Amino acid sequence: MSISSDQVTYIAHLARLRTDEEKSAYFAGHLSRIMDLVEQMNRIDTDHIEPMAHPQDGALRLRDDEVTAENRREDYQAIAPAADQGLYLVPRVIE
Amino acid sequence: MHDYTITEHAEALRRGDYSSVELTRHHLDRVDAGEALNAFVTVTAEQALEQAAEADRNIRNGDAGPLSGIPMAHKDIFCTRGVLTTCGSRMLSNFVSPYDATVVTRLRDAGMVSLGKTNMDEFAMGSSNETSYYGPVKNPWSPDRVPGGSSGGSAAAVAARLAPLATATDTGGSIRQPAAMCGITGIKPSYGRVSRYGMIAFASSLDQGGVLTRSAEDAALVLQAMSGFDARDSTSLDLPVPDYGAGLGDDIAGKTIGLPKEFFGDGVEPAVAETVQAAIRELEALGARTVEVELPNSEVGIPCYYVLAPAEASSNLSRFDGVRYGHRAAEYDDLLDMYSRSRAEGFGEEVQRRIMIGTYVLSSGYYDAYYIKAQKLRRLIADDFTRAFEKCDIIAGPTAPGTAFPIGAKNDDPVAMYLNDIFTNSVNLAGLPGISVNAGFDADGLPIGLQLIGRYLDEATVLNVAHRFQLATDWHRRAPGGYA
Repeated sequence: MSISSDQVTYIAHLARLRTDEEKSAYFAGHLSRIMDLVEQMNRIDTDHIEPMAHPQDGALRLRDDEVTAENRREDYQAIAPAADQGLYLVPRVIE
Repeated sequence: MHDYTITEHAEALRRGDYSSVELTRHHLDRVDAGEALNAFVTVTAEQALEQAAEADRNIRNGDAGPLSGIPMAHKDIFCTRGVLTTCGSRMLSNFVSPYDATVVTRLRDAGMVSLGKTNMDEFAMGSSNETSYYGPVKNPWSPDRVPGGSSGGSAAAVAARLAPLATATDTGGSIRQPAAMCGITGIKPSYGRVSRYGMIAFASSLDQGGVLTRSAEDAALVLQAMSGFDARDSTSLDLPVPDYGAGLGDDIAGKTIGLPKEFFGDGVEPAVAETVQAAIRELEALGARTVEVELPNSEVGIPCYYVLAPAEASSNLSRFDGVRYGHRAAEYDDLLDMYSRSRAEGFGEEVQRRIMIGTYVLSSGYYDAYYIKAQKLRRLIADDFTRAFEKCDIIAGPTAPGTAFPIGAKNDDPVAMYLNDIFTNSVNLAGLPGISVNAGFDADGLPIGLQLIGRYLDEATVLNVAHRFQLATDWHRRAPGGYA
């Protein structure tokens, strides 16, 4: 199965990975080969089989709606690329 | 002293033959001497010596457990408070974790001494440790070869006697395959046994923490301390953990070992096949019975895994956006540009490849054809194991189809690299426990792993059979030349 350079550019946009023509063309070759491998799944008929999302069909455990975490905002923001007065700073999004 | 087992160290520490500080210093010296292996990303010498001094006080006061004062290393995927936690990525090359993973807390509470953090494939995506931002790790048995991956730094450190044990994680074989390639013991417990809290997520329905050691006996001791319910991991099993030491030495006469015919086909290197067959004869000599079993859907284990793992990864790794922690690009036009530049700069090629595959198989119009299809195959693969275990107590086969390959040999072909996981990743899809133990060497002196797969939650049988094998053989005692 062939994945085109344009498709890679679109996928990279969805995944928020900057790309350019050269990079998209490079990844197109690898992704096509990987999807050829993936297509081997079709050798096996899976009609009427229930999908399995989790090993042993385990379910996520729920807990009581109680505050358990302590407030460590300063510790967490100390490692942020840009933070000020308790806020994470990003480029302006609203003019 | 670096060749002793954990139990031997614990006895020596209690007798006062040497102190934990001396033992720790000895291993720190070995870490320095073994620097060329590139097994460590961070060495925390000062902190290690403080922890060792504390352990010595506890041992003197009679307040010590079986792991008190034993040095070890953590795979750099486990968050360590106040210590750099990189996950082998430029993205986290500046990340000093504000908290400890549960595994880190538990082993620290058990009195263990952490020497530092080991190198690994970036975000645990790789089978050779070559995708690390910190460069490839060298195999102590042959420095021009890979140690396997993704826990390559942990495996090389344990094989080269830089540390008696190291933590590791396994999403598709990342504990067992490097254990095989480095000639050591590596156990991946059942999904849910070991808390994933603070273990940086790759594929959340497959990731499981475990340990690399030089023997099954050591693995049982460490796994005991790591395992058990953790309220902070919503997939942690709220079940009692059996005493792994209790049945470790039990006779294995009468146990039935299933041999999947799919694990002994043409794709296996002859030396691997012969060595694994010899190991199985050894188990038969110990009284085990063998029976052929079938895992008919294992042929699609690799494609199934390479849909599900990237899909989960693409979702998990969306958290790395240059906003709250990790790498942020120096220059950007707007928010979207900041995200995409930070991620393109911060992630290496293999990680970007897997994010793109995952994004593609989850995208509109492809979800049913790929993601749901793979989940259906996952059920068939898990059902195959259930049926096989109706006929046997444990399944045996090779861990990997070949021995350690030269650094660079498979870099141009991601698919060739993925095929390394052929015998390991179906075990993750089913959530079962598996161990790899050294079973011998090929003509070039490269180690070969025997894989033992257990029933869900039956780590005890896996450890028992591995230990009996190691009592009858001495492959696990062999050390690479220059590191003995």
